[in-house]
Amino acid sequence: MAATNFSIEKAANVKLEVCRSGNGRPLVFLHPGDGLDCESRFFTELAQEFDVIAPSHPGFGGSDLPDHVTTVDDISYVYLDFLANLNLKQVLLVGVSLGAWIAAEMATKCTHRLAGLVLADSIGAKFGDRHTREIADLFSVPQYRLGELFYYDGHRKEFANQTDGQLERLARNHETFALLAWSPTLHNPKLRRRLGLIDVPTLLLWGGDDKVVSPDYGRQFAAEIHGSRFELIEKAGHYAHEDQTEQFIARLKEFSEQVTGSSVTTSAIL
Amino acid sequence: MQTWYFSEQSYHPAWEQVKGDIRINTSSDVVDPAVAHQLLKRYMDEWVVADELGFDIMVNEHHATHTCMSVSCMLTLSILANRTKKARLLALGVPLLNRYDPFRIAEEIAYVDMMSGGRLEVGLVKGTPFELYVSNANPSHSMGRYWEAHDLIEKALTHQSGPFSWEGENFHYRYVNVIPRCFQQPRPPMWLTTLSASTAAEAARRNMVLAITASAPTARGAYPLYRQEYMKIFQKPAGLDKLAFLGYVGIAKDRATGLARGQKVLKFVEATERTSPNFIMPPGIMPPSGAAKMLKAGEVRSHRTRVLPDGTPMSSKPLVGEYIKNSVMFSGTPDDVFNQLKEFYDSVDGFGHFLMQMGGTLTSEETVDSLELFAREVAPRLRELTNGKFVTH
Repeated sequence: MAATNFSIEKAANVKLEVCRSGNGRPLVFLHPGDGLDCESRFFTELAQEFDVIAPSHPGFGGSDLPDHVTTVDDISYVYLDFLANLNLKQVLLVGVSLGAWIAAEMATKCTHRLAGLVLADSIGAKFGDRHTREIADLFSVPQYRLGELFYYDGHRKEFANQTDGQLERLARNHETFALLAWSPTLHNPKLRRRLGLIDVPTLLLWGGDDKVVSPDYGRQFAAEIHGSRFELIEKAGHYAHEDQTEQFIARLKEFSEQVTGSSVTTSAIL
Repeated sequence: MQTWYFSEQSYHPAWEQVKGDIRINTSSDVVDPAVAHQLLKRYMDEWVVADELGFDIMVNEHHATHTCMSVSCMLTLSILANRTKKARLLALGVPLLNRYDPFRIAEEIAYVDMMSGGRLEVGLVKGTPFELYVSNANPSHSMGRYWEAHDLIEKALTHQSGPFSWEGENFHYRYVNVIPRCFQQPRPPMWLTTLSASTAAEAARRNMVLAITASAPTARGAYPLYRQEYMKIFQKPAGLDKLAFLGYVGIAKDRATGLARGQKVLKFVEATERTSPNFIMPPGIMPPSGAAKMLKAGEVRSHRTRVLPDGTPMSSKPLVGEYIKNSVMFSGTPDDVFNQLKEFYDSVDGFGHFLMQMGGTLTSEETVDSLELFAREVAPRLRELTNGKFVTH
């Protein structure tokens, strides 16, 4: 198992807690709204294939939340600065749910450090009319029940055995998630029209039984991004990366090989 | 002591008609327009009676709920400003977290204060957390927005030399200019409700009246903090007029009827419990340490006290006897009500305002009879209790 390094990186005047593990092509992973778990099976297996660089978003995990960061748009600028500070090149930028929303906003602004973009079960855009809520409201459900919406089998996460520190971290994550996404409900009304600016190869991975954003929503997301590919993962919900970890990572590997001829390690660039 | 009569203007027929939740995600088609119209008129008439009997008056507001038809304190008070003559009129309160336009709030305060000839008192409260699902204002990191709105309203009411601009973190105005200004100069007395120690101290620093609603343990914790902070800031003890307590009252000539009335009042509390757990604690309303406890427990609960003073768990439905033991219900004969209030009053070193909530499923006749009895046999003794210790605003 690859060793995991924790560090604090400063980007756009925000201190970010960063978890890094593995070798290979740099893969920046942007976590969903409940935060980053570097000890998860998904993270461990991902680090077998890539040089995984996973920051906690501002206000999540051990990362600061300064006054000037209150929106996903703000965070996208923080992360563009983050990529520049680490001098990352030919990056595979992968986001899940909230992380995918942030990744999409980043890619509408600047893609020159990216080899490819993977948006998994992304929230963040609106396609339907004003009478229709397309994204399940993750704030109208108590945090301890969110697993019912996230997982294919609807299981709730176990919290009873976690330490107070771990639980407070999760509670703070949820608080920051609401700061970013309370209203408009889990989306930026302008994002849809900006998705056409994305000019890197893009893969949209979607849980076939996603109860937060349906595969149809995902297809509409893909339709706005030129040349993007939409792929379903069967027997998976909103957290397809956890429901079908092997298949999810296999798709990432395949996509990574397609977007450039050979993988480039960070150390080779530096 | 001043006694303020308060009821929530409920549409209580729905409590029987609706199965399940009666807040946020209930429907309005159960509201019979003729019945609701009569109820609203009745509630106004009861406040007029209260005014004639020497009570002061408290009103509130809630949203998307059959427990309270008042959707705006200031709408209700603009009616009462005309229909009453002497009573002080307390809005407790205007929920700042739910409102997007503090300037408009300042204008309405000034209007009602002017209309009433300076009888208004105002609590600018945060609001019931689950109603943020209705207003859609962000609950996360909202205390900054609350205090900015509060500061802006205070400045809008007291700055009387032409417009000022406001370029804050949450609110932006080119010209803030409230006309007419308030009748009371520079502004009406301000109140604050809280469940937290830090807000109690802030209320003292700002020289506001601190109101604790229906929780004796909170009063026991918050009053000393308020007094301590007040002494530190103003170098003199806080007058009793700075502290208020809201409790329920069921009163009649004989004890059995009084207790039965108390039980009818508690039908309101029972109704308020019918709120989906999905909405009770929106994200960010509770600090992470508190939210972590709910995560661990795998359930959310309202802030209602669940145990008796000796630690015994309370019954699942509110019972008048248990509420008396917890000093949130004062019920029985006039002597019983006075003695229970006196005991609680002594246990917290006194307070100057008793916010008397009735309502529930009491009929109009029962309400008026209760008001008359309280005015005749309890209120004079309560006034005597604070005689000489009461500093008016």
